Amino acid sequence: MDKLRMRFSKTGRAVYISHLDLMHTMQRAIARAGYSLKYSEGYNPHPQISIALPLSVGMSSICEIMDFRLNEEIDTRIFRDKVNGCFPEGILATEVYPAERKSSLIKWLEIEGTFEYDERRPEEVLDSVAAFFDQERIVVDKKSKRGMTETDIRPMIRSIAFSSREDALMVHALISAADPTLNPELLSGALRQLKPELAPDFASYCRIETLLSDGEIFR
Amino acid sequence: MDKRLTRILPRVQKPSRYTGGEYNQILKNKNEVDLRVAFCFPDTYEIGMSNLGMSILYQTMNSLDSVWCERVFAPWGDMYEEMKKAGIPLYALESGDPVSEFDTVMFSIGYEMAYTTVLDMLDMAGIPLRSENRPDLLPLVCAGGSACVNAEPMAPFIDLFFLGEGEELDNEVLLLLRKAKMEGWSKKEFLRQAAMIQGVYVPSLYDVSYNGNGTIRAITPETGVPAKVKKRIVEDLDAAPYPTDPIVPSTEVVHDRVSLELFRGCVRGCRFCQAGYIYRPIRSKKPQTLIRQGIEAVQNTGHEEISLLSLSTSDYRPLSELCDGLLDYCESRSVGLALPSLRADNFSVEIMEKIQKVRKSGLTFAVEGGSQRLRDAINKNVTEEDVLNTCALAFSGGWNSVKLYYMLGLPTETDEDIVGIAEMSEKILHCWRMNAKNKSRGVRITVSTSCFIPKPHSPFQWEAQVSAEEYLRRVNLLRSSIKARNVVYNWHDAETSVIEAALSRGDRRLADVLEEVFRNGGRLEAWTDYFRYERWMDAFARCGLDISFYASRERNVTEILPWDMIDMGVRKSLLLREKEKAYRSELTPDCRKACSACGAASLLKGIQCDG
Repeated sequence: MDKLRMRFSKTGRAVYISHLDLMHTMQRAIARAGYSLKYSEGYNPHPQISIALPLSVGMSSICEIMDFRLNEEIDTRIFRDKVNGCFPEGILATEVYPAERKSSLIKWLEIEGTFEYDERRPEEVLDSVAAFFDQERIVVDKKSKRGMTETDIRPMIRSIAFSSREDALMVHALISAADPTLNPELLSGALRQLKPELAPDFASYCRIETLLSDGEIFR
Repeated sequence: MDKRLTRILPRVQKPSRYTGGEYNQILKNKNEVDLRVAFCFPDTYEIGMSNLGMSILYQTMNSLDSVWCERVFAPWGDMYEEMKKAGIPLYALESGDPVSEFDTVMFSIGYEMAYTTVLDMLDMAGIPLRSENRPDLLPLVCAGGSACVNAEPMAPFIDLFFLGEGEELDNEVLLLLRKAKMEGWSKKEFLRQAAMIQGVYVPSLYDVSYNGNGTIRAITPETGVPAKVKKRIVEDLDAAPYPTDPIVPSTEVVHDRVSLELFRGCVRGCRFCQAGYIYRPIRSKKPQTLIRQGIEAVQNTGHEEISLLSLSTSDYRPLSELCDGLLDYCESRSVGLALPSLRADNFSVEIMEKIQKVRKSGLTFAVEGGSQRLRDAINKNVTEEDVLNTCALAFSGGWNSVKLYYMLGLPTETDEDIVGIAEMSEKILHCWRMNAKNKSRGVRITVSTSCFIPKPHSPFQWEAQVSAEEYLRRVNLLRSSIKARNVVYNWHDAETSVIEAALSRGDRRLADVLEEVFRNGGRLEAWTDYFRYERWMDAFARCGLDISFYASRERNVTEILPWDMIDMGVRKSLLLREKEKAYRSELTPDCRKACSACGAASLLKGIQCDG
């Protein structure tokens, strides 16, 4: 059968499952649902399954994308319902459909961040944090393969907006998913490096949507 | 989830082992159950989740509607530090609730080096370590598992021990505890009642007194309490609970596969082997049961491998039938079949070729002793010819890796026996040269030695362990004797073996040593990452106890042994007879050739021993 795509969410306790473990978890869930994954040919066959844009451990998402091939023709809705009965807590398939476009076309990610401040009320810092991200350049030290490098992350942020809730400052942003990739952690990380007095005591992130370079939703 | 936890988890290694939420975990409403059980494994998640006993008993206890049993494991060092810093007490994975809120805390202790981790987990839960400092009925602290067959070093910490198999026993105790809780019994009332159940050992009901030389003068039970506690078994393994829908970890664990237990007990009677004696009598499962359970478990878990478990897989009579039945299902689905614990003597080409069809793993032989004389002394019925014949078959069948396990320091061992190990590996290398079809891939022969540890309830329970220095001398002798380049030699360090030897045959006074080690940071001591020999030696010194009294002293056969109140089914007179035969290098035939009337069969009421 042709390449299939599953959109799924990874929230709650499942956010601590690493990318590698998630691949294995998916394989087993599909086996439990009674389907058989197609294996690659060759000396060391491996199941044909790939998850786009590995999510950092601790980060949640409602727009994960997994491509895979099965040995059989399926009804995608039945497949989705069956596999949903076979996941560990926190993983849920929202849609299963034939993959038409390559997942490498994903350019932007819509994300939501929750900045928690233990000592202050979120609205106290709202304006200053917004102003910080309004700068033309935000140059941070970033770990790369060749040690630490300086990177301007501002061009990787297409839009960013803040709002305050009672218990946290909420961040809504469109950030670059690929070429170059911006790890959302660097949003709170930038504050910690450059404006520590504005940095939250704890930040968590959730992926909301995958977008093409023109801003259209990727499916 | 606890907010403090969400801040910690992204910082620790492999956080998913601390969250629960795996597929097939059992959730209940805590307000709708009468009894909450914190089922604790005193080691990491990866080890505990690989343990079949844990998996069986988790389901068994949860089969009671009035009980919710949850899992608890010991956190790795980084998580331990973070939890301490944030003031998070030990919690159960399913609900996330603190262990101190549970009615009973039950430990499965499979090895002595986990003892201090039990103390650590109690401490992390905020529960007083010593039984005498827990005057109330709840939380009741229990323990079972093979490191409880001599429970004495842990006796002051544990309210109640389970001896033998828990499938029936655990629930009987839980139901009694439920009654006691509802009716408001005192702890003493409950413990005295529980002690009447076969398989329950309540250490506080036994007084132990000592002679001037440190040996035991007397073990005195309270009036009305059985002088000897007999272990419990389940008779019908086909009817016994086996979880075909076990929890599937969301992260990699040590044994990521379906485990099928073929039979319990062992017909072989190797004299050093505790397991060979404490799990008798022999009870097998029917191949039809195993095939059905194996297939169901693969379907329910999505695992890619089935492993057949037993002490000696080759001794499972319908092994061929079982393999055929499982392979019928497995082959077309790329599910592998693993057969550990095959014996070299009756290892059949047929079986080997069968499992090879799906996936090829290495060959492992537990040879144990380097000469025929020594192997006869320990009753290990393997000959050099057996090993070489099997290797020849394996090499010609395309296998190119062999692992050989030996023990150093066995009773009656001489330097000649040790050099014999090197000679045998040379012969295997020669065998590979003669038989391998494709020599370009080379061969790997791995020789591993561990230091012999005399264990309670085995024929060698009276023996002395060689000193650490002597073990290392023997290691060096073997090292210098192995000359071939393709032979790799690994040896287990001596220090943990000495501690394990002291603990496994220790008495109640060792509780002070355990507490001292724990107070000085000793936890997860089964891991070389955390094991500190000096910490143990310091603790022995501070408690005024001599480790050599426990580890390297030969016991007189008339001496009262610390575990003499525990009856594992095999008669002490048989163990003694086996010990004497060892010194005459006299073999005892396996149970199927001639029943040695060990006594374990008397535990059976409705069926016959399969030995």
